[in-house]
Amino acid sequence: MQLLEFQAKELFREYGINLLASISSTNIEEGRKHVKELGYPFVIKIQVPVGGRGKAGGIQKCQNDDEFELKYPQVMDLTIKGEKARAILLEKMADIKKELYLSIFLNRSKRCYTIIASAEGGVEIESVKSQIIKEVGLGEVSDELAKEVAKEMKLEGKTAEQFIDTLKKLSKLTIEKEAELVEINPLAIMQDDSIMALDGKFVTDDNSNFRHPELQQYQEKTAIEEQAEKNGFSLVELDGDIAVVGNGAGLVMSTLDMLSDNGGKPACFLDVGGGATTESVYEALTLISQLPKVKGILVNLYGGIVKTTVVAEAFLKAYENNLIDLPVFSRLKGTESEKAKEMLENSRTNVFDTVEDAINAAVMGIKK
Amino acid sequence: MTNIFELLKGNPEDSDYENKGVIVQGITGSYGSIHAKQMIAYGTNVVAGVTPGKGDQKFEDTVPVYNTMQEAVDATSAKISIVFVPAKFFLSAAKDALESGIKLLVAIPEHVPIRDTMEALDLANKKGATIIGPNTPGIMIPELIKIGIMPPMPFKAGKIAVLSKSGTLLYEISDALTNSGFGQSITIGIGGDPVNGTRLIDAFEMLKDIPDMEGLVIVGEIGGDSEEILAQRIIDSGFNKPTVAYIAGRAAPKEKRMGHAGAIVMGNYGSAESKVSMFNKANIPVAKRPAEVPVLLAGKMEKSD
Repeated sequence: MQLLEFQAKELFREYGINLLASISSTNIEEGRKHVKELGYPFVIKIQVPVGGRGKAGGIQKCQNDDEFELKYPQVMDLTIKGEKARAILLEKMADIKKELYLSIFLNRSKRCYTIIASAEGGVEIESVKSQIIKEVGLGEVSDELAKEVAKEMKLEGKTAEQFIDTLKKLSKLTIEKEAELVEINPLAIMQDDSIMALDGKFVTDDNSNFRHPELQQYQEKTAIEEQAEKNGFSLVELDGDIAVVGNGAGLVMSTLDMLSDNGGKPACFLDVGGGATTESVYEALTLISQLPKVKGILVNLYGGIVKTTVVAEAFLKAYENNLIDLPVFSRLKGTESEKAKEMLENSRTNVFDTVEDAINAAVMGIKK
Repeated sequence: MTNIFELLKGNPEDSDYENKGVIVQGITGSYGSIHAKQMIAYGTNVVAGVTPGKGDQKFEDTVPVYNTMQEAVDATSAKISIVFVPAKFFLSAAKDALESGIKLLVAIPEHVPIRDTMEALDLANKKGATIIGPNTPGIMIPELIKIGIMPPMPFKAGKIAVLSKSGTLLYEISDALTNSGFGQSITIGIGGDPVNGTRLIDAFEMLKDIPDMEGLVIVGEIGGDSEEILAQRIIDSGFNKPTVAYIAGRAAPKEKRMGHAGAIVMGNYGSAESKVSMFNKANIPVAKRPAEVPVLLAGKMEKSD
């Protein structure tokens, strides 16, 4: 899960990383109360768990009450990469000398924590040529390594000292919270040569959540996501009208790709896990029945040892209970598939021998 | 480099040649017991199980159960184990196995914290052991040994090696290969986690010099850069056996985790385009659909004749 900027900054503050004064709010009444406390000028920053906020107009300077009244609602109403504002952060305006980049992440191929630092911050790191990359191992960043990075960044005096301190604190935070990525971009050098984290990105390893009850407060799940998780499913909601269900992440991604290649628009990615039972498929249909815009369901199950008749039962039960009234286009690979076909003959579930056939029928069927 | 065939089969002079013992960690659990039975049915020589606190039982009246890996290894001399414990207990199960002399550990659990995987790997490196997974369907030599949860039907003995990050896609693509007359010499589930015990490149290094391998199929997906690293290695090593790839997740949105913990695109890092273009650079065709894999492989085979 990616935390919001203000949540990442709460963790930064806890670990003693320098920050500008800032206050988060979720509506303008609440925001107004903070204006006096903070004082103009400040920046209004949309809180969404994706990048590219500046370009999308989600970060606005604010000098007085008139601007505040105008811009706060404007920023609050933005949708960036499909994400609506979760909150607004008001942050004191900074007097910056230079912007740096600093992150620590779990390096998948080297299997260790790795630092990326650059003297060119404030832009997307992919576009920065002069990256300093240091593998850290599984422990915290040592004094020596932190000094080495500061030296390579050509930092001096107070700035170097504070940078080293920030890097070490960031490393402690990353390890203690088991983050996959913690990024400060930009990390600013202020006019007085001090160091300040102007932004914060924090991606957790959700598989370690059981060890981090303190991070639970940041979990913002919709009711439907919670329901999916409870069943051990993976659900990603998308914009289209054909719900895509299958067993196994790779297989569902592959089905999504083929559907898109054929001009279909997926409404969701739903992975019900390795096996498939009457209950799990019925639960999947229950989830889909709650999604808006769905006009049809594409099911791709590679059963192996799964009895497809068990899956067929789930469809029949869903129609019988009026859970769904949607056409289903399915490819059910497993045992007893002829019998499953017979069972579904007079239902709205169509069974196909190949996933390609199921996809073509789904795309055609939905267009009608 | 790990000689994976020697680990799985042994040497012809061994008394247990092609019948290597496997220990099942978590054999009395619901998941572990189902798959232990299926492995035995497939012909895998399951010599012991381990479940702490259940040390005096026999599984299915035949397989002895021990409290610790040390006891199980002492009694059987097995070098292979497969782990079915819940994710939060994986690290301690893996340590128990590696400290007891296990050389090949197949890690089935999904949702293992990355830090635990990295610690287990660190220990495995020190002990000269190999970990497959976590979050893997396992490893198999079709019709000889299955250490994993894959159904038997899609697989047939043959000469194509298949490496896959995904379980069900491994079954799907192996099925398509089998139906087109391409049996498999070995299939290795890399796993869908961000950090893999055996990366694609490690699996490639294990297999690339095997004389009777006639082709290689790589089933990748979005996330990370292990496909790109493998493609570069294939270029650098001059490996020239017919190779075909498939990449799942072309239509996935960015910055969303698609089911697997590792399947996430950040910026351009981990994108399908990046992987496809590296495979193209390595002269490896990338199938658009699973069913296209055997077609492309047959095309490559013809050219190399």
